[in-house]
Order: sequence, then C-alpha cells, then structure tokens
Amino acid sequence: MPKIIIDGAEFEVADGITLIQACEEAGVEIPRFCYHERLSIAGNCRMCLVEVAGMPKPVASCALGVNDLRPGPNGEPPQIITKSETVRRAREGVMEFLLINHPLDCPICDQGGECDLQDQAMVYGVDGSRFAENKRAVEDKYIGPLIKTIMTRCIHCTRCVRFMAEVAGVDELGMTGRGEDVEITTYLERGMMSELSGNVIDLCPVGALTAKPYAFAARPWELRKTESIDVMDAMGCNIRIDTRGREVMRILPRNHDDINEEWISDKTRFIWDGLRTQRLDQPYIRKSGKLRPATWDEAFAAIANKMKRAKGSRIAAIAGDLAGAEEMFALKGLMTQLGSPNIDCRQDGSAINASKGRGAYLFNSRLAGIDEADALLLIGCNPRTEAAVLNARIRVRWRTGALKVGVIGQEADLTYDYEYIGAGPLSLAEVANARHRFAKVLKSAKRPMLILGSAALARRDSGAVMTLAAKLAAGTGMVSDEWNGFNVLHHAASRVAGLDIGFLPAKGGLNTTRILKAAKAGKLDVVYLLGADEIDMESLGRTFVIYQGSHGDAGAHRADVILPGAAYTEKSALYVNTEGRPQITERAVFPPGDAREDWTILRALSAILGQPLPYDSLAGIRSAIYVTHPHLTQIDEVMSGARLDLNKLARGSTRIGKQPFSPAVDDFYLSNPIARASAVMGELSALMANGATGATGTDG
Amino acid sequence: MSVRRLDPIQPENFKFSAANMRWAKTQVKKYPKGKQASAVIPLLWRAQEQHGGWLPEPALRTVAEMLDMSFIRVYEIATFYTMFNLSPVGKYFVQLCGTTPCWLRGADDLKAVCRRVIGAQNQVSEDGLLSWLEVECLAACANAPMVQINEDYYEDLSAESFEKLLDDLREGRAVKPGPQNGRQFSCPEGGPTTLLNGAGSSKAKLSTKTKSKANTLKSVRKKKSAPAKG
Repeated sequence: MPKIIIDGAEFEVADGITLIQACEEAGVEIPRFCYHERLSIAGNCRMCLVEVAGMPKPVASCALGVNDLRPGPNGEPPQIITKSETVRRAREGVMEFLLINHPLDCPICDQGGECDLQDQAMVYGVDGSRFAENKRAVEDKYIGPLIKTIMTRCIHCTRCVRFMAEVAGVDELGMTGRGEDVEITTYLERGMMSELSGNVIDLCPVGALTAKPYAFAARPWELRKTESIDVMDAMGCNIRIDTRGREVMRILPRNHDDINEEWISDKTRFIWDGLRTQRLDQPYIRKSGKLRPATWDEAFAAIANKMKRAKGSRIAAIAGDLAGAEEMFALKGLMTQLGSPNIDCRQDGSAINASKGRGAYLFNSRLAGIDEADALLLIGCNPRTEAAVLNARIRVRWRTGALKVGVIGQEADLTYDYEYIGAGPLSLAEVANARHRFAKVLKSAKRPMLILGSAALARRDSGAVMTLAAKLAAGTGMVSDEWNGFNVLHHAASRVAGLDIGFLPAKGGLNTTRILKAAKAGKLDVVYLLGADEIDMESLGRTFVIYQGSHGDAGAHRADVILPGAAYTEKSALYVNTEGRPQITERAVFPPGDAREDWTILRALSAILGQPLPYDSLAGIRSAIYVTHPHLTQIDEVMSGARLDLNKLARGSTRIGKQPFSPAVDDFYLSNPIARASAVMGELSALMANGATGATGTDG
Repeated sequence: MSVRRLDPIQPENFKFSAANMRWAKTQVKKYPKGKQASAVIPLLWRAQEQHGGWLPEPALRTVAEMLDMSFIRVYEIATFYTMFNLSPVGKYFVQLCGTTPCWLRGADDLKAVCRRVIGAQNQVSEDGLLSWLEVECLAACANAPMVQINEDYYEDLSAESFEKLLDDLREGRAVKPGPQNGRQFSCPEGGPTTLLNGAGSSKAKLSTKTKSKANTLKSVRKKKSAPAKG
C-alpha cells in the first residue's frame, strides 16, 4: 500500500491504481474526457494533467500508476500537486486545443446542459480564441438508427471505440485517419450490430454521439428525473426515467455495481416510444364480436356478471412477464377468495417452481459473482438476448483470460469465445456424468458456475434438465460454504417475484399449459390475463377472457373485457430480479386516460365481486406482502436463504428428450408488449434481420 | 494531407496471387499464435504492390479475414499510414518531398513541374502513367531536392532535370536512379574536398590531380557499396 501526498495531505492508497484513482479516493477532482473507470486507459485527451514533484513536466494522471512514483530525496512519499498554477495552465492549454475545432453550437446541441466539455470549459476555458486558421469540419456518419452523429463536435477521446470493442464486444467502431483528419466511424458506415450500442451516447463526453429518437426533444434541465428499475429482462437494471409533463422523454442507466454497472441495453434505453403508442387508456367490452369503449363500471359489471356465476375451479389467471409483485399478490388473493386454484405466473410454460426452495430458482452466485468465476457453463441460454448487460459482464470477465466458457444450446455469437459442447440435454448429461472434457474444466476451477436458461426449464423434460444440472453442480463442486455457482437466469421481470409470492397453481390447480388445454376444451369459464401476451390466444377457445394490461397486444385483441393498467414507468411496483433482489419502481408519469395502477384495479374488482381484498393503499398491500414474505422487505438486498440442497435437487427423473435447447427470446427487440409497440424496436428488429442476411445499414 | 477515404470506384473482389499467398503465410507465421494481426502491415503492403500501387476495399476485407481482424481495425490502419494509397496511382508514382531541406533547395520548383506535367496532386495523368503526391521527409536531405518514384530515389533534381526525368519515364526511356546532377551518391558535389593527397602517404607524391581523385573515389566506393536510401 503505497503512501502518497496529494495536495499536501498524505494518503495510503491501494496498490496498482492510477494517480487519477488515487486522487478520486482522496476526494480531489481531476477533470477528464477520455478516462473512464470501466474502460481501458487511452491517455489521449491530456485533460487530467497533474504535477508530480520531481518530474519536469505535468503528467497524465490517468496513465501513471501510484507504484511507479519514486519517493522524494529524503525518502518522503511522492508528492502530487493538482492545484498549482502549472497544472491550471497546462489544463487551460489542453482545453484551448480542444476548443479550437469544437463548434460553438451548444444552444442547438442535445448534450447542452449535461456536457463534460461545457462544464469543464467553465473552469478551464479561456474566453477568447487565438486560432485564426481554418477550423476543421467533419462529415456526419451513419452508425445505426439509434445514434445521431455530429462529428465536428468529436474530441477523439475514443471512449466509444473502447466501449464497443471491450464491453459490447462488437468491433465495429474505429478511429480512422490521423492527426487533424481523425474521424470516428464504422466500417463503410454500417450500422452497429450491438444491443448495447446506446451506451456510447452516455459515454460521449461531448455532443458528438446523441440519441437519435430523442433528438431535439427536450433539455436536461426541464426533465423530471425519477429513479426506477427496468423490466425488459429479469436483471432489474437500475434506470433513471426522465419525464416532461405526462411523457417519458428518455431512459438512462443508473450505476449499480452489483447489477448493471452503468450500462443498459438498447431495448431498455429506447423502449419509451412504445410507452406512448398502442396504449389501453380506457376499458373495453366486446359486444357482438367487436371491442367497444366502456366505462369502468360497465367493464366491472360485465366481469361480475360472468365471474359470479362461474365456479372457482372454472376460473383461471395467468400473469405476464411485466407484472409487479403487488398486482400478482392482489390477483392471487382475489383468486383464492373466489376459490380458484388455477393461477400461474409462468406464461412460457416453465416447470420451475418454489417447491425446492428459493435457491433452486435464483441466480445464486449473483450477477457480480461473474467477476470472480473462472469457469462457466451456459445451459440452454443465450445471455446476449436474455440479459444483454449480463452478457457484457461475462465478456469483460472473459477478456481477463481467467474465465473459460462452455455452451450447451444454441451456437450463437455471444461476443466471446466458448467451447461448444452440444445442442441438447444429451450433451448436458455427458458433462454431468463427467464424460465430456469440460467437466474437468469445471471441476478444476476454483469458482465454477453454470447458468441455466429459463427456456431450458420450459420443456417437457425440464425436470430432468434440472436434475442433471444439479448433479453436474454437485459433481463439480459448484456449491460450497462461500460459493454457490448454481444459477438460473430468468428472462421475465415478474418471474422471481411470482415464484416468491407463490403465484403458482395451488393444490389441484392447473398450470399455464393445462389452463390453455382446459380453456380450449371449454372446461373453463373465465381466464384472467394479467398482462399475459406470450401465450397461444387461439387455445383460449370460447372462454370469457379478461385482459388487464397496458398495451393493445395479443391479449387485448383476444379479450372480452379489457381493463387498462399502468406500464412499469407509471406505477410503484415491486420487482425481484433473477438474483432474488427486490427492487421498487417509482411512478414517473401517470397512466394515460382512464388507466389505473394495476393492484387498484384488482382491489376495485374484488369489491364489485363481493370479495373485498383487505388493503386500500399501496402501503397496505405492501405490508400485506411483507407479512407473508418478509424477505421482500430487504429492498436492494439479496437474502441468502438456506443453503441450496443439491442432493435433493439432483434426485429426480433424468429422462431427457433429444430436442435441442431453444433460446428464450426469439427476437431481442420484440420480446414484450411495450417493445412490440415501439417503432424504434421494430426498426432495430428489421435491421438485425437484414444484418443476419448480410445487408448493411447503408442499404436501407 | 487531407482526409483519406476509399476510392469511390472499387473492384469487385481481391485475391492474393498464389505466390503472394504463400509469402503472406510465412509472414503470419513470424508471430505467436493469436498475435497474427501483427502481420497486417506487411500483408496490406503486399496487397498494394499486387494491385498496381493502391489498396482496394476488397483487399482490406481479404486481409482482415486472413488475420481474423474486424474490418474497421484494418480500415483504421490503411487510413492512418500514408504509404497506403487508397485511390489508383500512376504507373510511375512520384512522391515529392516538400519538407524544409528539400523546400529550401527548390522543392517548390519541382512541385510546379509536377503540376504542369502531371496535373493536380493525387490525380493520375490521362495516359495513366504518372501521378504525384507531396510527402514528408524521405530522409535523403543530403541530396535535396528529391523525389521517390515507385521504389527508387531520384536526387539532386532541378526543374529541368526533373522534367526530363518525367518525360523519359513517360516515353519509356531508361532512367538512372540516384543523383541526377552527376554527383556520386552523397559525396561532395564537384569531387572530393578532403584527403586529396591520397591515403596519408607523404612520400608517394601523386603526379596528377586526376589520379588522386580516382584513388579517393575508390576508397569511398569501398566504404559505401550501396546508394544511400533512407
């Protein structure tokens, strides 16, 4: 632990860090453009210059390690000066160079108000220019439908290039030319084929890369910022929702080291146009085959008319992927009171359940555990589409050279190299029985882990797949006192909360598959869809269908009564991520029109049905949840439950099928009703399909 | 220097000749496994040589695929190094040094000749034989002003001798690389200025001046067997 003196005060800092990090630890702010703690060091902006006693010239603090400093002549610790006249003048010089070619178009720049260059020019900029020569102008580039480029503004920090190459793993952005003619571009201006490309907008310290869908839409200071949680996948990425009036203007990531670091996927970031279109803003009732607008009273009356006559066992409810814990809890309460055991939160037909304890359905090693893992087996899961930010984390770990990856399932481009073991459960059996050499890799690893995809558990032989995975985990020593490498990666944001609160068939109840079968056979009278759109609507037959949700998607088209609900940006709801970490979304805007927060709809309906639920406020329903499920009170904490009993899990049928694993997400950009309503997501989906056939972005 | 872009007119594809492919493989082998990208500059250079002095876009992709690199990384390299020509060049590609020593010795006159005889910079003459480009120092300052035409240096030029040189090239007449004013490599102009008495011997007084000159030249030739190049 080297000692250094920063601005006269002595500090002991960690080994191997750089001066800029040491200064940060000491609470001294160093201006920077190119340096970013999650990217490699470039050292090309020169803004972070500091003075080191004994060195003839200022040094770039981002590129000099604390261990490389020499002590003073009398053995005193090395001395760093960040506030001297030399440093100020050096930084002013750098700033003057940066501003030579940077246009003065802040008033029309989307970065204005949140621009690093603007802010730092306030401190280090001089008021005039000594540059009488021609300024350079750079042609704008096409790098995809999400990112608007104004390349004259670029200061060549190369953060975007490093991000795409290192984190996103899509080597498509580069710096061409040299000297004054340097430009950032993709090869022949192709669109970037990455699901994380939007992050370069945040990384760009100036307004060279800005969000195309948000172009000229709002100014940062007129937006209201709400800290919330993303529900596009089950990672629970932390986001900030920026709103103006009643509209969500944009979504940005929030830093959370244990979940998403500071990245979010393009789907999370640009979903917001889907929040404005295809919205259900009033109740509808189907009359003579056509959906007609109705009032809440009429809609409730129509439901009560059906429900009151139906026997409990002839009613069923399915919760969709975006449902919050509150509405599932309320719906479960209502169904229980109506005497219906037929509830299921697994609309994909997954067999995963809570009977074997929480450890059997959580991402036990936690998302941050990937940073320690040294061997990883992906089973029937494509993290790139099921949890894009997690995939980047795996890639970053893989890049250190310490992680070996094996894949059973779809042989997809995951942005890192892996050993492909096989397509189906037969290969899993091979590894589980130590007949494949990857079993040795796992066994010899100190921190081995496996990730079981949600699609692998939504098969007819999912029980056997689970058994084999548990056997494999036990055989390779994945679970010990300090490490648990047995992980299930969910894709549905609602799933873990659903499993936690038991939105599962009660004794004698039907699961999703059997609900659909029974509905088709006419054995059900009422099916309640709580935002469930990913089921086969045809199988619902002639059953009376209530759809409660936010978007006019498949479920609403089939419904007999539509109850307009709130999207995740419009309600405060509890979501539990795939690690088992409860987090709460905050209401950023109000639901449109007559739409209401989902649990209040169910509460109102319960009163109409004469079965009032015992809570009238958000605090009330939360405390009801907390009473029965106390672990959900620990917001943003992962409760380590009882140790996962692999042996119990490994006892079971191992009759596997031959069918290969298929991914949980067919189309990353269209995986939920909000995404399907988004024009931006539609464009991206089409672009990806073209990309797969070899056409480039410039063709269209 | 200006922004370097790929030529708008590109061939359909690019393929290394069998011999060049064999050579390329030996280059790749020079580097440890996984570090094959280190061979990118030699391969691009050979591709440029094979393709008449400039790099077409398909060649960038070919090299990228051979070395398992992404296209943009190869594109970065090709646009960074000015030795890679991204547009067609003449059969005789004149690189004219315009850096200070050459400039002081009359590079501007040579530039005027280029403009008159060949045309604008970076444009191939109508007959396809000549094109020119001003470059930075080619490290032959002792023989300034100078140009490089394809592989060879032509030094100690004057506007007249340079124009004649270009004419000779255009007409297909043989030309001699090196100094164009009769000078021997970078020896003193007009003959030696030191050691005129010959090998330090005081006894053997040489009868004629010419003889002494011949002797000195011989010793110079012994020391320097090849013309100075860079």
